[in-house]
Amino acid sequence: MVEERLSRIQACLSNVQDPELPFLSITELGMIRGCEIDQNGTAVILLTPTYSGCPATDAIQDDISEAVSEFETNFRVKLVHSPAWTTDWIDNDTREKMKRHGIAPPDGNSADKAFLLGKERKVSCPRCRSANTKMISAFGSTACKAHFQCESCLEPFDHFKCI
Amino acid sequence: MENHLHAGLLRLGDDVLILAQRLGEWCGHGPALEEDIALSNVALDLLGQARAFLTLAGEREGNGRDEDALAYFRTDREFTNALLVELPNGDFGDTIMRQCLFDQFALLRYEALSAQSIDKEVSAIAAKAVKEVRYHAEHSSQWVIRLGDGTSESHHRIQKSLNRLWSYTGELFADDAVTESLAADGLMPLLANLQKPWQEAMNQILLEATLVMPENSGTQTGGRSGLHTEHLSYLLAEMQVLPRTYPGAQW
Repeated sequence: MVEERLSRIQACLSNVQDPELPFLSITELGMIRGCEIDQNGTAVILLTPTYSGCPATDAIQDDISEAVSEFETNFRVKLVHSPAWTTDWIDNDTREKMKRHGIAPPDGNSADKAFLLGKERKVSCPRCRSANTKMISAFGSTACKAHFQCESCLEPFDHFKCI
Repeated sequence: MENHLHAGLLRLGDDVLILAQRLGEWCGHGPALEEDIALSNVALDLLGQARAFLTLAGEREGNGRDEDALAYFRTDREFTNALLVELPNGDFGDTIMRQCLFDQFALLRYEALSAQSIDKEVSAIAAKAVKEVRYHAEHSSQWVIRLGDGTSESHHRIQKSLNRLWSYTGELFADDAVTESLAADGLMPLLANLQKPWQEAMNQILLEATLVMPENSGTQTGGRSGLHTEHLSYLLAEMQVLPRTYPGAQW
């Protein structure tokens, strides 16, 4: 009974889209940290923000409430900060999906501090696969992205920052 | 203890709330589109950190004040941010130098907060903030180096920014009853202990930027006890006007 209730919520959450990356679900981005029933029988959905100030977090909470309230009345969304969100939680299938949508996915894992040591990461172009790219700006269209340009095909593209 | 914790959390929140508001003034006015976006992005991260710290400060106070009550319904004398963050933006060099001085401090402070395990909520917010500020610090220090080691005009101007801001940096490391009590509880670092590593980090950056660290010539203080420069009231007037005119407004 409990398991059925939780798996129904989990399934529903995997259909809630990220408002800024609508081809990805919040589950694929690793933002759902779990779902449990508390002692009052309330289903608690644990959500972690990607960045502290990400303006999409409020919209995502509303979207979750709207989707889950279609079949569940006793639930709440709880924002959790620990452990801090990392791009390591994004799996390979999701990274491939990003590429298909023109976004260079986070490369490798966050333990690689190349960028912080002043060495530029090699980010390959999601369109032509060329490794000959340059960073235009460390900050991009959203908190989670940086702006790059391919020197081979000249296309500008977003790179999902690795944190 | 609880009062000191509330005061300590307020300082953490106020520092980043006020700096976020200042950086937000650059939105639409940046020297280049990329920089406009960068400053707004940094502002957004800081605002997120401020929301988390102010929410927690309200909870630990226990009088039912939430983040909005603390951000919008306190007067200038009740804000406890450091003076550095409320100073007007000046030119881009002034802004980026202020950012560099603050980022290096914030990084050390957040690292210390994330390492303690007395208050798990504080360490969780700090651990997240460390990742964000590391990115900001990289950005601001690269700009200081580029401007310092750039043309004679940019070098001259960013050195002037540094000289002007320097007397506001001492306040970041000034301890008082609040920080001493929180340090004794193992919750927050003694600020004086962060000064040496901060100076070393700044020294590295300034060396590469071919800039000269100014002589210590007095320290401006007062922010932590609510005694601010005249600039804060104007900033608050703009930041608070909507919720004060239409309390509880929603859209």
